[in-house]
Amino acid sequence: MRTLSQKVWDDHLVRREDGQPDLLYVDLHLVHEVTSPQAFDGLRQNGRGVRRPDLTVATEDHNVPTENIDQPIADEISAKQVEVLRANAAEFGITHYPMGHANQGIVHVIGPEMGLTQPGMTIVCGDSHTSTHGAFGALAFGIGTSEVEHVLATQTLPQPPQETMAITVDGTLPEGSTAKDVVLAILAECDTGGGIGAIAEFRGSVIEALSMEGRMTVCNMSIEFGAKAGMIAPDDTTFAYLDGRAHAPTGADWEAALDYWRTLRTDDGATFDREVVLDGAAITPHITWGTNPGQVIRLADNVPTPDHFDDPVARDAAARALAYMGLTAGTPMREVAVDTVFIGSCTNSRIEDLRAAAAVAEGRRVADGMRTLVVPGSGQVKAQAEAEGLHKIFIDAGFDWREPGCSMCLAMNPDKLSEGERSASTSNRNFEGRQGRGGRTHLVSPAVAAATAIAGTFASPADLA
Amino acid sequence: MEPVHIVQGTAVPLDRSDVDTDQIIPSDWLKRVERTGFDKGLFSEWRDDPEFVMNRDEHLGASILIGGPNFGTGSSREHAVWAIQQYGFAAVVSSRFGPIFKNNCTKNGLVAVEVTPEIGDQLMAAVQADPTLELTIDVERRTLEAPAIGVDVSFELSDAVQHRFLNGLDDIGLTMQHDDAIGSFETTRPGFKPATA
Ligand code: SF4
Repeated sequence: MRTLSQKVWDDHLVRREDGQPDLLYVDLHLVHEVTSPQAFDGLRQNGRGVRRPDLTVATEDHNVPTENIDQPIADEISAKQVEVLRANAAEFGITHYPMGHANQGIVHVIGPEMGLTQPGMTIVCGDSHTSTHGAFGALAFGIGTSEVEHVLATQTLPQPPQETMAITVDGTLPEGSTAKDVVLAILAECDTGGGIGAIAEFRGSVIEALSMEGRMTVCNMSIEFGAKAGMIAPDDTTFAYLDGRAHAPTGADWEAALDYWRTLRTDDGATFDREVVLDGAAITPHITWGTNPGQVIRLADNVPTPDHFDDPVARDAAARALAYMGLTAGTPMREVAVDTVFIGSCTNSRIEDLRAAAAVAEGRRVADGMRTLVVPGSGQVKAQAEAEGLHKIFIDAGFDWREPGCSMCLAMNPDKLSEGERSASTSNRNFEGRQGRGGRTHLVSPAVAAATAIAGTFASPADLA
Repeated sequence: MEPVHIVQGTAVPLDRSDVDTDQIIPSDWLKRVERTGFDKGLFSEWRDDPEFVMNRDEHLGASILIGGPNFGTGSSREHAVWAIQQYGFAAVVSSRFGPIFKNNCTKNGLVAVEVTPEIGDQLMAAVQADPTLELTIDVERRTLEAPAIGVDVSFELSDAVQHRFLNGLDDIGLTMQHDDAIGSFETTRPGFKPATA
């Protein structure tokens, strides 16, 4: 009896030897400009090629500006990194989607939308949020640059065994709660280390009821509690999403694939090394207050006081986080004023996220002085949103509608927070300086981000008059 | 990578939990396309503060970094490991590491020594009290010793990683010896799997 992750693992086993990590085959390698230049250099230095350019795809996302993309990138070092990727892709024969291309976008958004991400695959990328692709029942995880080079050269990775972890969210979510709130609630439970050494499988009625976009949001943040990967068993929702996508199988291949995909479930009676159970009905909108994603509370709560933490390490961390965040213990989160709202990132920049935010924005106005960025995750998301008229809703409400990229998720492109600036962000990391030096990040869902932009202080859509 | 047998020297006590990779090497530094030159980027935002522990004279020349729990959480950026190494550290000690960071250490010969929270606290306090305290990390014996304070503990290091550390071996070369196995696996891959081209 095996779990989902064990099945996918076993199906990619190239070689197993006592005392050695397993050698796993990699079905899809996603490449972006930040973590790959040194890997391609390594190949050149050692006279090695790319074993399977046909299983490799590259795009540029971290450094790209989200305005005036018909102009050259102004930051010279960013421009160089992007140029180096283009040159490497050309030299090694790798399909590459440059800035402005219809398929360009955040690497974890484009894989699924092109149908390259499919159930039962092994997927890696030099990026920790590769876990996103686990939403399809793929075993997907982030790797470092040395491993990027390893995969380029051999299409395999040595991997030590992992424990299994079940995270079950039962019941039904209350009205107004989203996938982002689910994963933030999981972080409240597991903290930043609860998943270390394990592959997590998300299960239960709340997970099953999520759309593919919602499942990607949940799996995206698996790494934030330390899990190697997060997975969700593929089902009819998954198959319906894939059907007809550019790289999805067709005809007899589709039938063969479906037969295989339907076997990708944890066997009844299989056991997990760790189990966490949450009651979906208790998950109201969540928000982070500190400087790691485990420092999270309900939007309805007050800023915690460090004395609430029994563990001295957590108490020190809380005190330091409050000082950095410029927050006073006891303040209701809903009374905290916000400077900037960022809707985007590989966590929440898909069409459904934009629809959720637009539903809140429609017919309303952004608060005076509020800076806003709405950044679609890819060229395809942008095109679809514009076809649905979402951009008009945002623009009419006073939101800034941008070109695709990682944008303000991390401070590598022109979209940054300044010292002391406070943001409501739909991204995945609230680390010190993550969105710009001295910036103060609060992680929230797209609906809460949009409501906050309107209210000027943290708010859920239900709070808006 | 270079072989590593023993790391011996003094340590810097970085007394914070949850030191993430964005702190270790802020994202501006990730724009470099080279593999060197990251030493100045290490903790660059904190290092602007003259009182930051790494800036203190008594810790100059230390070869071991002692961090609080959850060291190296966050992104996959291997630049974090390069920065720590290029600054001059050969080992990092913590009671818990971010898993991708820890794995990246194994690719570069940076020794990540995971100790119990008690030993972590004890080392932190001891090095804060006496910056000249000498530590010895022995990769072959998988031990961390600080004789002056009576610490002698073993740490986990898989046989495979230890073998590569001691011999300075490149993972890719090792895997390429199994080219036949990779080739025959490829013949078994189902035809419905996607290609990117
Ligand atoms: S959106 Fe943010 S988390 Fe996602 S890949 Fe880009 S930088 Fe990384």
